Amino acid sequence: MQKLNNPEQLKKIANSLRKVIVEMVHRAQSGHPGGSLSAIDILTVLYYYKLHHDPKNPKWQDRDRFVLSKGHCTPAIYAILAELGYFPKEELLGYRKINALLQGHTSIHIHGIEMSAGSLGQGLSYGNGIAFAARLDKKDYKVYVMIGDGETQEGQVWEAAQTAGVHKLDNMVVLLDRNKIQNDWFVEKTKSIEPIADKWKAFNWHVIEIDGHDVKQIMKALDDANNPAIVNGKPCVIIAQTVKGKGVSFMENNPDFHGKAPNDAEFKQAMEELNKLG
Amino acid sequence: MPEMIATRDGFGKALLNLGRENKLVVNLEADLGKSTKSILFAKEFPDRTINFGISEQDMITTAAGLAYSGKIPFASTFAIFTERAFEQIRNSVARVNLNVKIVGSHSGLLTGDDGDSAQCIEDLSVYRSLPNMVVLSPADAVETEKATYAMAEHVGPMYLRTGREKIPVLFDANYKFELGKGVLLRDGKDVTLFATGPLVSIALDAAKLLEQEKIYARVINIHTIKPIDKDLIIKAATETKAIVTAEDHNTIGGLGSAVSEVLTEYALAPLERVGVKDRFGESGKPAELYKKYGLTAEEIVKHAKKAIARKRV
Ligand SMILES: Cc1ncc(C[n+]2csc(CCOP(=O)(O)OP(=O)(O)O)c2C)c(N)n1
Ligand SMILES: [Mg+2]
Repeated sequence: MQKLNNPEQLKKIANSLRKVIVEMVHRAQSGHPGGSLSAIDILTVLYYYKLHHDPKNPKWQDRDRFVLSKGHCTPAIYAILAELGYFPKEELLGYRKINALLQGHTSIHIHGIEMSAGSLGQGLSYGNGIAFAARLDKKDYKVYVMIGDGETQEGQVWEAAQTAGVHKLDNMVVLLDRNKIQNDWFVEKTKSIEPIADKWKAFNWHVIEIDGHDVKQIMKALDDANNPAIVNGKPCVIIAQTVKGKGVSFMENNPDFHGKAPNDAEFKQAMEELNKLG
Repeated sequence: MPEMIATRDGFGKALLNLGRENKLVVNLEADLGKSTKSILFAKEFPDRTINFGISEQDMITTAAGLAYSGKIPFASTFAIFTERAFEQIRNSVARVNLNVKIVGSHSGLLTGDDGDSAQCIEDLSVYRSLPNMVVLSPADAVETEKATYAMAEHVGPMYLRTGREKIPVLFDANYKFELGKGVLLRDGKDVTLFATGPLVSIALDAAKLLEQEKIYARVINIHTIKPIDKDLIIKAATETKAIVTAEDHNTIGGLGSAVSEVLTEYALAPLERVGVKDRFGESGKPAELYKKYGLTAEEIVKHAKKAIARKRV
């Protein structure tokens, strides 16, 4: 795949995908807009700038693998995969509908999706399995796993973090979407996960902290995560500070829009705001 | 006296052989390799072994990632601790139809002294309820060994149940294991005893006791709990018209239920179930526990007579 390295261009793509996300959720009248909008800048930079992949050959053996552990954020990943040509854009119309391809949560039956997720806390273990397989096969592809901040309350995340740390899985990169909100409420008011960076460090991970909406910072973080001199034989976690619902004023930082669709009036307003972004 | 070997030893031997033959086989363990016998593989193939320490959920889900990447992961621990990862097995293995092999040792009351926290009496039931899952419960060490080879051949999620205590060896090296097929061990016309795991040799003893009373029992070994050998059950129900099941497992949800489902749908015949009657176990020697909880040849005889008495004429 042709890589893009112009930050303005990447930001533009991300913003246009924000509209696709809101459209999908509005059309289905269900789905998870908040965590999709917080993650879309990171995912756009990952897919257009960093990932070795080929939309025409989704099972290419040497591809980098991306595992969306927070498998509810399908609007974001489907929007990107459709834009890249993994499947026809018309499929987006069937999102969450019966007999359609695009399931509510990620499914490996969809080209470009590497894990059937939906139950939080499992993506890192699964990604470790892929990373172990790469090691056994002497392949140098990378495994990227995106997890939510609420998701890190699951004990299994830390079992898996320990496994990757102990086994020095330096082909593993975790993207932590620190959008500060989980399903019901704010993460820090539900069960604090801080000091989150220190926890990963204690599990023997290389930690990078960035603003998850700053394209240049995302690019640099992904470069550093791929730089052996920087990660020094350790798995790497990129803790991306983000805003849940980013780009739509009434969704931003609002727990209500974790898993709720906008009504028609809200949809109209959201699209107006997103159109202004460019 | 027949030779006595634990089924877990059959598994350990087979896994080691598989390791030698098939580079795709990866061994995942959770600090119980000495008990499950995966340690034999681990010693010879440390590079293809991942020890998770005590983290079963991580182990099972990592196995899913390995299977997704083309490996054949065997993840083993005590049967009861595989259940720690039940939801992972449900969502990341069975639902996705990934080629993960789960092996649960120390099943049933046969586990003995460790007591009821370790005696898994519901694994057949819970794993049988998962779509895509194949569930195996072999009767001796030889059958376990062959079943383990079959697991590496068959593509898809599978659960294998093994046991801690030595039990009689019933099969010789020429025995051919056929997935999904019950094994006729003794023919008879009056009643059929379907048994699984360690209860198979006990059912054979029961058939001998019945013969002394001129009751001729057919004995069938059911090593594949799912998919169950429907045709063989229908045939037995039609021909002997009375059925007994015997298992070291709760009478709810395991072999007894699987057979009962076939009988009620296809060939009604009276059924009596020998097993752990919906209660938890306790510490004790396996033989003592089998006696106290009714997993004996005498108990099978009693149930057989009851089933025969209920026959429709
Ligand atoms: C094991 C599990 N428990 C509960 C849920 C229901 N659920 C779906 S999303 C969610 C909140 C996730 O919050 P976070 O990880 O912060 O994700 P994000 O904010 O990025 O959407 C919950 C509780 C689930 N999918 N899996
Ligand atoms: Mg969150």
